[in-house]
Amino acid sequence: MGVITLTMLGSLTVLAMVGPALWGQAADRPNPSAVLQGPTAGHLLGTDHLGRDLLARLLAATGLSLLLAVAATLLGATAGITLGALTAVVGVRTRRMLGALINLLLAFPGLLVAMFFAVLFGAGAGGAVFALAVAYAPGFARIAQTLAAKVTETDFMAAARVLGLRRHRLLLRHVLPHIAEPLMLNTTVAAGSTLVALSGLSFLGLGVQPPSYDWGLLLSQGLDRIYSEPLPAVAPGIAIVYAGVAFQLLGEMLAKAAARRTRPRQMAEPAVRPAHVDRTASVDQVLEVEDLRVAIPTAAGVVRPVRGVSLDLRRGEIVGLVGESGSGKSLTALAIADLLPEHAKSTWRANRFLGTDTKSLTRKERRRQLATGMAVIFQNPASAFNPSLRIGTQMTEAVRAHHNTPRAEAVEQALTELQRVTLPAGHRLLRSRPFQLSGGQRQRVAIATASMMRPDLIIADEPTTALDVTVQRQIVDLLRRIRHDDATAILFISHDIALVANTCDRVLVMYAGTIVENLPAHALATGTRHPYTRALVESVPDMTADRTHPLRTIKGSPPDPYGEISGCPFYDRCAHRQDRCAQERPVLSPLGPGHEIACWHPLPQAQREAEEAAK
Amino acid sequence: MTTMSARLGALARHHPWAVFCCRRAARLIVSLFLVVTGSFAMIRLIPGDPVRAALGVDAAPDLVAAKRHEFGLDQDLLTQYRQYLRHLAHGDLGVSLVTGEPVADLVRARLPATLLLAVLAFACVLVVALPGGLIAAVWTRDGRRPRTELVFTTATSVMAGMPDFVLAAGLTAGLAVSLRLFPVSGDLGPQSYVLPVLALALAPTAVLLRIVRVETLKVLAEDYLRAARAKRLPAFSLYLRHVAPNTLTASLTVAGNLLPALIAGTVLVEKVFAWPGIGSAMAQSVAAQDYAVVEATVLVLGAAVLVVNLLVDLALALLDPRSVIRKT
Repeated sequence: MGVITLTMLGSLTVLAMVGPALWGQAADRPNPSAVLQGPTAGHLLGTDHLGRDLLARLLAATGLSLLLAVAATLLGATAGITLGALTAVVGVRTRRMLGALINLLLAFPGLLVAMFFAVLFGAGAGGAVFALAVAYAPGFARIAQTLAAKVTETDFMAAARVLGLRRHRLLLRHVLPHIAEPLMLNTTVAAGSTLVALSGLSFLGLGVQPPSYDWGLLLSQGLDRIYSEPLPAVAPGIAIVYAGVAFQLLGEMLAKAAARRTRPRQMAEPAVRPAHVDRTASVDQVLEVEDLRVAIPTAAGVVRPVRGVSLDLRRGEIVGLVGESGSGKSLTALAIADLLPEHAKSTWRANRFLGTDTKSLTRKERRRQLATGMAVIFQNPASAFNPSLRIGTQMTEAVRAHHNTPRAEAVEQALTELQRVTLPAGHRLLRSRPFQLSGGQRQRVAIATASMMRPDLIIADEPTTALDVTVQRQIVDLLRRIRHDDATAILFISHDIALVANTCDRVLVMYAGTIVENLPAHALATGTRHPYTRALVESVPDMTADRTHPLRTIKGSPPDPYGEISGCPFYDRCAHRQDRCAQERPVLSPLGPGHEIACWHPLPQAQREAEEAAK
Repeated sequence: MTTMSARLGALARHHPWAVFCCRRAARLIVSLFLVVTGSFAMIRLIPGDPVRAALGVDAAPDLVAAKRHEFGLDQDLLTQYRQYLRHLAHGDLGVSLVTGEPVADLVRARLPATLLLAVLAFACVLVVALPGGLIAAVWTRDGRRPRTELVFTTATSVMAGMPDFVLAAGLTAGLAVSLRLFPVSGDLGPQSYVLPVLALALAPTAVLLRIVRVETLKVLAEDYLRAARAKRLPAFSLYLRHVAPNTLTASLTVAGNLLPALIAGTVLVEKVFAWPGIGSAMAQSVAAQDYAVVEATVLVLGAAVLVVNLLVDLALALLDPRSVIRKT
């Protein structure tokens, strides 16, 4: 791309400089014996009405065509940018007037304005250049105005103004340097269209006048005889397009260089085999995932937000997945729901949903299974609904698409579901649009929508985080009721460990892309054995917390998501670490009934009880 | 001052449509004034004597003086301006300096052909670019099919850089003269429209294709689209129902901005095809140095652009009522 652009521009520049000297004489030499000839070996493009060689004229015209275009662009850019940048340093009222003037001028197409002024200034090369400068100036002014407005809002401009700098100094020292790059880019692109417009003016007879000639004039002269000979009209046209495209490509190249994007690289991580844990599949098992990993290639390397997660859910069970932000819990959920962004790659050793391994399904079967068996509730109810569709449409479209439910029946079902999530007046609600609902209402609608399909598994990704505390309670109660009524399994993702303890049957604690502890929810308060889980629990203030003491926090930060972790991911922040923890990665292993832990040195159970006793 | 702006603010809140219409009407009046004054000034500010230019260098001095008197060019500017406005109000656009025929007749005879050309070309732009951009976005989302994306961006940038009059010449040479598929010039029925419309529509189509693709990619990255994907809707309903309506306002705004340039482009394209419209009349008058006709055609085209701008704004406001509130 870059090579092509530079070759095109380079050839144009060379032609523009040497063209008149090399071919100028041949281009002006009349030959009465060879008037209006078609292409011959001597005259590759033929000759014009005076017998002059058209190829020589085309090549010799490069200089004038480019020169006039560049002159018009520079004139227009200078005038426009000055006008636009001025808006940044003048008073409010002057700024408004200038803005209105720019708007008014922009309402007219540049070509029309150029034609008007070309007539006014008198047909000729000079007049055409000035006319185009006038026509293109408002566009530059608008861009400069927009860019300068951003600069005006910055702190250093405020500081400069406080210092009492003069206007022209503000303009030259502070405004223009900060907007120079995008303006240069625009000027480049504009040069291409100026060249085309200038040819257009010459083509109309408003630009370059004989005996001078540019591409536009050659095109116009060629068009007069297009019936007999197309080449004299087509060749100048090709020259105009060639130059126009060259400038446009240069603009795009500059724009790309300005916003350099680097290609993501891909790497593979050696698998860590966890210790064998006996997970016998039972009939009421809804989901079983083993060694799930997610890798996201980025410019800085591969990020590994999920590093080998294994989990299972039984029918009618609410399982909490807790962890700090960045621990990989949301990506785990998206991977399970097969909704990862395109560039993120997930792998697993086993992924059984409703007893079927996903690898044994075709794409279509898998889609069908997920469509009918799994529903997702997202964190932010404000953005989870399509703003331009009615609530009714968004509630019923899934059952209508997958169960072929007739419309009326789907609406009836939607009304029932809305009743269930304590939203009466369903008819009106179904006709409303998302922006007419409060956040709490929207999340309740999202729950009703999810249960429309009677799914076996609902993944609720931080469903209460964007809501206030009183609404949180209601949402959690609704989820529990749906679990109770429909025996739906629910994977409840949250960073709020207190909420999870009150909501769920079982809790999975995630840290740095791994599950560090899996324990019954009732054991959270006293039965945690992993140092991280315990620190997490202790960082939650309760009503009896001593307010004279600062809240307990976990010191340090999670490991670098880019790097490999050789030992325990919590090693750096752990108060109980020992040598083995640095070298060997602990795997999730059974500790007691319904209790698994990934730690080489689980905390003694007694410690916590002793602390309780001491209180 | 503050109370007045406060009152205006309250008005804007309670009657956004009224304020919106008033603003648009005010802008139209100011711009129309600009166009009328500009076209009035044109013939009077031209370097040299337009009457002598139109009649020829060797015209008798008393003939030139008589013509000047006939056009009222020997009176003071204010009187001339008043008279100009009065005539304009009666639909009188003056007479040709060369033929002496009323310009209004010429405009009436030729404007429909120009507008039809512009409207057809614009329809083509919408019909191709709106679905085309959507499909291109869906194909190349999330960095899929990088080769298709490269072909798309290259092709559209070459097409967008293709000047309408050059394309018109190329199409004439290729399809009309060499292959004889279409008439070379004039309006000889439906097949005469193909090449001019194609020449006018290609570049704006390419521009709009790119815009629609970018807008669609933005919508594809929205949260609500992930929610819709979670429902595993069929592709048809996902893209047509969930994506397309949300890209429409931004795409049509850009499309509306392309329309005035398309109208201006008719001048050059009509010259190539000898199309019996306003544009070719203007080109002929420029060649004949008949500035009375040039002036009137500039006025008509300028006014047409302003009316089109207004219509586009109103259409967008009706389509997306929220934009009215944003703009006022």
